[in-house]
Amino acid sequence: MRHQLAVNPIACTGHGICAEMLPELIGLDEWGYPILAEHDVPRHLTALARRAVRLCPTLALRLEAANAERTVPTGGAHDPVRAGARQASNGQKAGPR
Amino acid sequence: MTRHGGSTAAQTAARGVSRAERLALSTRLTAGWHDSDRRASLRAHHDRYGPLPQHGTGRHGTLIDAVTHAGLTGRGGAGFPTGVKMRSVASRRGQPVVVANGMESEPASEKDKALLARAPHLVLDGAVLAATAIGAGAVHLCLPRSREWLIAIARQAVAERERFGADQVAIEVHGMPHQYVSSEETSVVHWLNGGEARPTAVPPRPYEKGVAGRPTLLDNVETLAHVALIARIGPAWYRQAGLADAPGTMLTTISGAVDAPGVYEIEVGTPIGEVLDRSGTPLDAGPLLIGGYFGTWHDAQEVAGLPMAETALRPVGASPGAGVLVALPRDACGLAETARVLAWLAAQGAGQCGPCVYGLPAIADDFAQLASGRPKGPVLDRLDRRLSTVIGRGACRHPDGAVRLAGSALRAFAADVKSHVSRRVCLSARRGERRAAVLPIPRPADQEAWL
Repeated sequence: MRHQLAVNPIACTGHGICAEMLPELIGLDEWGYPILAEHDVPRHLTALARRAVRLCPTLALRLEAANAERTVPTGGAHDPVRAGARQASNGQKAGPR
Repeated sequence: MTRHGGSTAAQTAARGVSRAERLALSTRLTAGWHDSDRRASLRAHHDRYGPLPQHGTGRHGTLIDAVTHAGLTGRGGAGFPTGVKMRSVASRRGQPVVVANGMESEPASEKDKALLARAPHLVLDGAVLAATAIGAGAVHLCLPRSREWLIAIARQAVAERERFGADQVAIEVHGMPHQYVSSEETSVVHWLNGGEARPTAVPPRPYEKGVAGRPTLLDNVETLAHVALIARIGPAWYRQAGLADAPGTMLTTISGAVDAPGVYEIEVGTPIGEVLDRSGTPLDAGPLLIGGYFGTWHDAQEVAGLPMAETALRPVGASPGAGVLVALPRDACGLAETARVLAWLAAQGAGQCGPCVYGLPAIADDFAQLASGRPKGPVLDRLDRRLSTVIGRGACRHPDGAVRLAGSALRAFAADVKSHVSRRVCLSARRGERRAAVLPIPRPADQEAWL
């Protein structure tokens, strides 16, 4: 089963533990907030990803099934072209910065 | 000009249909608005549009079928197909709830206020009809509590309906906190559930779990007004206006350097030049903002021939959004106007997500440097990096809207950007504060008011 990382941006307070544990998949922006790779978690990193999820102090990080198809209404979205793609994962450009 | 077929204003003109007849096609929601300056009473509403259709399978099939076949899309800015949303909510377990979103926090938009002030019964009909169609037990109309006059009109209209007794569902009118992001669907639902009027993280979205944990149909008030007409006259009639892939009419708010600013109903897909012409906007006016403060900047002459419709505008990176069109005067500085709006947007975040809390003020500051011609270091590189970093990383689309506006300003005003970066600002930017700003910024709202 393929997995992707996702973060709840409201719960996240920028501790950065996730980025320390998984620099291959998580980088930090200039303000200390995580930027997640958009691709699936490689097999060999899945266990580490699960650990990072457990160690997030605010439980903001989660691991979910890859490509959870969202055909949801985007009500209130300001950019309908992007909104559908951005809903669940809030992912960003791949790789750390 | 149109690639979409169907009936457009330009094509009907070519067929020799008079302007008057074209106007009639585009006075559906706005019929009778100029007859008086008061709201239409329930009786006047029934005289004009007929009585509320009773539920069940009318000659147009179920309401959900009718709305789906009509091709109605949301008028709050996102443009999602309304019939699909209704069907999604109706198919879930638990009794649904209907929310009519009249918050209209977009500063340059007046259409929802105008619609509710003139034709509240169209909106309330639509809400009640949708509620009956999906089996909802309640309708909540949400308005900013600072617009007491509008809340009063809405409550009077509801009281009229209660006396008349035709509605199968009760309507409650709420006065909500009025921050910019409070109009977002999860904010509205959160507040109705007793929380602050701030966005919440998704999933779940309101259509899955909303008010009281129930599947919630949340629609813009204008969308519901269209539902009310589709229920009466049917999808075929609805599609007589607009384009084949973007049917119907929409309300627009036109403002700025125009002779007759105001709310105009147009057929979806009307060429932008024609829309501007109705408000007396010269085509050699300054830059044109399309959509809202989350929208994009354009050269009016370049987009004059483009239909005001989603697919037609996408190639130029624009979207009709909330139907806002603001024309700046020719000597305005688009960078200065954008800098002002970005500063305001940065202050309007809910304060919940790091990339927005820190990113928007940083972007606004970079833009202020650019607008004033006093860049600190490689401001364009910083902006480029920050815009792509911030987008998509908040719980709601607020930062995305600001990023979109900023990005489009850098593109549309590229020549100005070049001068400003070399510390050669344009005349109007040099005038600075002395020049009247065009894009409206609301007075500071009560900073504590999220509840």
